[in-house]
Amino acid sequence: MSLKSTLCAATALSLITAGGAFADNLTIATVNNGDMIRMQGLTDDFTAKTGHTVEWVTLEENVLRQRVTTDISTKGGAFDIMTIGMYETPIWGANGWLVSLDDLSAEYNAADILPAMAGGLSHDGTLFAAPFYGESSMVMYRTDLMAAAGLEMPDAPSWSFIAKAARAMTDRDAEINGICLRGKAGWGEGGAFITAMSNSFGARWFDEDWNAQFDTREWSDTLNFYKNMMTDAGPAGYATNGFNENLSLFQQGKCGMWIDATVAASFVTNPKDSTVADKVSFTLAPDNGLGVRSNWLWAWALAIPAGSQKEAAAKQFIEWATGTGYIELVAANEGWANVPPGARTSLYENPNYKSVPFAQMTLDSILSADPNNSTVDPSPYVGVQFAAIPEFAGIATEVSQEFSAAYAGQQTIAEALEKAQAITNEAMEAAGYR
Amino acid sequence: MIFVPSWMGPLSAGKHHAMATKASRSTARIMMAPAVVLLLGWMLVPLIMTLYFSFKRYLPLRGDSLERGLEWVGFTNYSRFISSSSFWPSIQTTLIMVGGVLLITVVFGIVLAMLLDQPMWGQGFVRILVIAPFFVMPTVSALVWKNMLMDPVNGIFAHLWRFFGAEPVAWLQDASLGSIIALVSWQWLPFATLILLTATQSLDTEQLEAAEMDGAPVLKRFWYIVLPHLARAITIVILIQTIFLLSVFAEIFVTTGGAFGTRTLTYLIFQRVVDSQNIGLGSAGGVYAIILANIVAIFLMRIVGKNLDE
Repeated sequence: MSLKSTLCAATALSLITAGGAFADNLTIATVNNGDMIRMQGLTDDFTAKTGHTVEWVTLEENVLRQRVTTDISTKGGAFDIMTIGMYETPIWGANGWLVSLDDLSAEYNAADILPAMAGGLSHDGTLFAAPFYGESSMVMYRTDLMAAAGLEMPDAPSWSFIAKAARAMTDRDAEINGICLRGKAGWGEGGAFITAMSNSFGARWFDEDWNAQFDTREWSDTLNFYKNMMTDAGPAGYATNGFNENLSLFQQGKCGMWIDATVAASFVTNPKDSTVADKVSFTLAPDNGLGVRSNWLWAWALAIPAGSQKEAAAKQFIEWATGTGYIELVAANEGWANVPPGARTSLYENPNYKSVPFAQMTLDSILSADPNNSTVDPSPYVGVQFAAIPEFAGIATEVSQEFSAAYAGQQTIAEALEKAQAITNEAMEAAGYR
Repeated sequence: MIFVPSWMGPLSAGKHHAMATKASRSTARIMMAPAVVLLLGWMLVPLIMTLYFSFKRYLPLRGDSLERGLEWVGFTNYSRFISSSSFWPSIQTTLIMVGGVLLITVVFGIVLAMLLDQPMWGQGFVRILVIAPFFVMPTVSALVWKNMLMDPVNGIFAHLWRFFGAEPVAWLQDASLGSIIALVSWQWLPFATLILLTATQSLDTEQLEAAEMDGAPVLKRFWYIVLPHLARAITIVILIQTIFLLSVFAEIFVTTGGAFGTRTLTYLIFQRVVDSQNIGLGSAGGVYAIILANIVAIFLMRIVGKNLDE
């Protein structure tokens, strides 16, 4: 009798614990970009389907990186899912800090992930993060201003054409800047842009012996070209403008051209947010005739830190957020133009999506970026707008701060490059490369 | 009846007294022990860990961890930190920032203390308003200054500039260090004012009246009577503020993120540890910061000590 009741109690107890484990509360760190904000708005759908609740920690890009990097390297365990990118994933995966995502369900169809994305988010063939959206960069420009300037945008423009068009479109009295570009310090902000741009000028971060290359003419040409163009045709205070600042300027109709992430296309063509939605067109990022274009390759992806107690629930969330079901959910709620792009092959085969004006240009840009072959001269690193080594984030943050100070006129470009050279070589020595 | 010699009285009483003191002393020690141990632990554990890490190669992103054991590298981190091209500029920035804030808070602190000491209508309310900035958290005040005051498009200063037909200034970009000095001064001015106001209130008014009757002009009265009287309070303001100002971080993190020449020693250490994920190098920087703070503290303590002796 007493044994029976004990058994009953034990069963009841285990059922309660099982029930408790089933309904988890996931803490997710993410970046404050539009697509992620949209995902937060749709969280209820996930809770309704699985019973798990979600707590969002939404941070600005630079802060997000600091928080998640510190958390994972100290095994802090503050987050169940982290939003990371193509830079972090292979490094963290190699350190054994991330849960392998090779065992996601069959209906998730991991083979559908674009090969460029899956490759960048893997280490040794194991997928460690699932792409929420993938991006390259391209030129977004105002068709009306381009026509008014009497110019026609080529399919694959050169930097000299972009500079000419930017100066022609600028109208300071009407508060129209010919071109808006990132200048904000931070390796993923202005640092990413200038690195991608420098690739097309024939510059590189390191030579094959990991010596910094900021003393080369190519870097000096890149920065001088950038600064001259921005001084003549850029917005005031561009040295503090990042993705979100430029997006807001473009949406307000204050930019003639904007070279930035392909995901921005859906925000600038959305009539709800953009005053210029019907006057925007897209083209490939410019080059300099050296065979390398200035577009980057990136994915914001979701990963699970190793040792997480809520691995099963976290995997359910990742399947929900990065699966085809989520794309259809967004399409039903907000239209096909607003679905997270660049992650899945099937999206670009979908007839509904093919009619979206920027779909093909996004795919072309993604396919034209090659992380293994990003510079004109050979380089020892993988990555287009970054070098996939653990030291890069720290170095490039400081280097981009020197660049931003040069954009703001606090020092000359020569001074900034000299400091960048010293910073980089010191850090590479500290890390034992040189 | 027990005979007690008269000399026993005071003796026994004395003995009793001594024992009570001893007992209460040890009780007090036991009672205080947890707090002391906690405080010591609070201070010593991070300090010892910092010292330990500063002699190690500790690059978490390269897979170094405590469990796997860290490689001893001697003074490499120390020499690397000090020979870095960012080190001396960061010391210079730190000194300019601390010096600038001290100058502003002391000068305006004296002016405000003098003004608030005057009898006026609504004195209590005005004093509370003056002290208010001190209660705002550094992060919050930095955000308010950055977004509401100094923003070159939507900030109040930008509107003011445009109203007078001038081009708005991108404060945190073109005058970054000055802006941070202004913002930190705003936070610390109440503290200086408060200390200096109490000192002003303890000034003997008869002395001032006598000087006034003898025909001493206002400035001379201030220079020869008020300022010497405030000297001690000013030293204390400088001492306490310096110690706190050396570690200013949130204001820089929120506004410029160390860009545009605002990388202080504290911020450089943060970048070494968090951005570069080089804990050994950052710890060596931390030890330098401790040494610097102690040099300043000893130096200032001496001045305060001398001042108090007089």
